Amino acid sequence: MITKDTITPKEIYLKRRELMQAAGVGIAASMLPTLPAYAADDAEKLTPKESITTYNNFYEFGTAKDEPAINAKNFVTKPWEIDVGGLCERPQKISFDEFFAPFKKEERVYRLRCVEGWSMVIPWTGVNLYDLLSRFKITGDAKYVAFETLHDPERMPGQKSNVLQWPYREGLRIDEAMHPLTFMATGLYGEDLPPQNGAPMRLVVPWKYGFKSIKSITKITFTDKQPETSWNLSNPQEYGFYSNVNPNIDHPRWSQATERRLGEIFKRDTEMFNGYGDQVASLYKDMDLAKNF
Amino acid sequence: MAIKKSKIALFTISLLPVAWLVYGVFANKLGANPIEYIIRDLGEWGLRFLLLTLCITPLRVMGQWPSLAQYRRMLGLFAFFYVFLHLTIFIVVDLSGSMSALWHEIVKRKFITVGMLAFIILIPLAITSVNKIIKRMGAARWKTLHKGVYVASILAVLHFYWMAKADKTEPLIYAAILAVLLGYRVYAAWAKSRKKKTV
Repeated sequence: MITKDTITPKEIYLKRRELMQAAGVGIAASMLPTLPAYAADDAEKLTPKESITTYNNFYEFGTAKDEPAINAKNFVTKPWEIDVGGLCERPQKISFDEFFAPFKKEERVYRLRCVEGWSMVIPWTGVNLYDLLSRFKITGDAKYVAFETLHDPERMPGQKSNVLQWPYREGLRIDEAMHPLTFMATGLYGEDLPPQNGAPMRLVVPWKYGFKSIKSITKITFTDKQPETSWNLSNPQEYGFYSNVNPNIDHPRWSQATERRLGEIFKRDTEMFNGYGDQVASLYKDMDLAKNF
Repeated sequence: MAIKKSKIALFTISLLPVAWLVYGVFANKLGANPIEYIIRDLGEWGLRFLLLTLCITPLRVMGQWPSLAQYRRMLGLFAFFYVFLHLTIFIVVDLSGSMSALWHEIVKRKFITVGMLAFIILIPLAITSVNKIIKRMGAARWKTLHKGVYVASILAVLHFYWMAKADKTEPLIYAAILAVLLGYRVYAAWAKSRKKKTV
C-alpha cells in the first residue's frame, strides 16, 4: 500500500491525475496563464473559476456551499460606499470608485486555506491594502484595523438567521494590515468579483484561515483595541483573533495538519502560514502561537 | 425460493443513492469538492437508512401493517453498507489509508470517536442478520443484541452534530426524528408494563 511516508503528496497527486485521465474521467480544463511574481508556486495549478464561484462560505447568502452563487445573483454592489474612520487624520465616507481611483489594479495569485480543511489557488485582481489606506493618514496610536461587512438583511437574506452575529466583523493587527501580502481584491480571473466571492471588494490575507478574508466591506476603522471578529464571537475556543494557518494547532474538533486542495483526491500537508512563512513569520517572532491562535 | 418482487424493488431503490454519486462524479455534478460531497452524502444515507429501520416497528404496530417487518433486515444492511462506504472512502482519501492516522483521529476527535463506536456496534448487527445465525441465537438473545441500534443511532446523530461547523439545523432535524422514534419505544415499554400491572 502506498502510504504518505513513502511518496511525497505531489507525486501521489500527479499519479492519481494520470490514472484518472487514463480512465477517461473529465478534469476541468487547466488554466495556466503566465503567473506573476506573487504566484504561489510555479507548479501550483489555479483552481478553476467554476469551483471558486460555486463553492463559497458566505453565510449572508446561506450556509450551504452552493447557496451564495444562487442567492447572491441579484446582489447590487453599485453604488458602494466605505466608511473609513477611527484613529486617522482623514476619516470619511468614500465611494468605491474614489477609493480605488488613484491605484493601478494588479493580479495576485494566492492560496486560500479554509479553516474547514480545503484550499484553492485563486488569481485575484486588486490593490495592496497598504497603498489603499495610506491616504487616510493613520495616527500613531492605531494598533489594529477593524473591518465590517454590509449589514442589510433585505439584500443579504442569510442575515435573517442568527448563525452568526451580524454584521460580519474582522480585524488585523496594524502590521498585518500593512504587510505587502495583504490585498484588497476587486476581481478574480480578470473579471469583477462575482457577488458570491464578496463583491465589490474583499480582503485577502493568504497566510490566515479564509474566514479572516472578509467580504463585501463597508466599514474600515483604525483602533487601539483588538477588534471583535465574528467567528471568535461565535465560538472563542475554536476561532481566535490571529487564526494563522498552522498545521501544529488543531481546531478543537478536527485536525489542521492536512487539507484538500480542490481538484485533488488525496489530502496534502498543510504548510505553516499557508506557505507564506518566509514573508510573515517575523510578525509573530516572539508570540506563543498556541495561545494566540 | 423465488425472491419477492417487492424486495427486489426495495433493493434497487436502495442502491439509487450510491448510483447517483457514481453518476455525479463522472458527470461533474457534485460541485467543487466532490469528495466532501460523497463522504457526507454516504454518511447521511447511512443515518437515513438507520432511521428507516427504526420506523418499521412503530408503523407495523400503530399502522397495523405487519408485512413491513420483512423489509427491516434489508434496510438495516443498507444502512451498514452506506456507513461502511462512508468510513472506507474517508480512510482512503482523507487519511491516505493510514491506520495510525485513523487511530489518532479516533482518539483525538470526539465526533470521530462516536462515529467509529456507532460503526463498531453495527458490525455484529450486520453479521447476525443471517437466518442461520438468528436461529442459533434464538429470538430473545438476538432481540437484545439488536437493541444496540438505538445506541448506534444516537451516536450517529451526535457524530453529525459535532462535525457540523456552525449551522446545526440538519443534525437537529435528524435528532428530532430520532427522538420521536426512540420515544415510541419508551411509550411502548411503558404501555406494556401498565398492561402487566392491570392483569
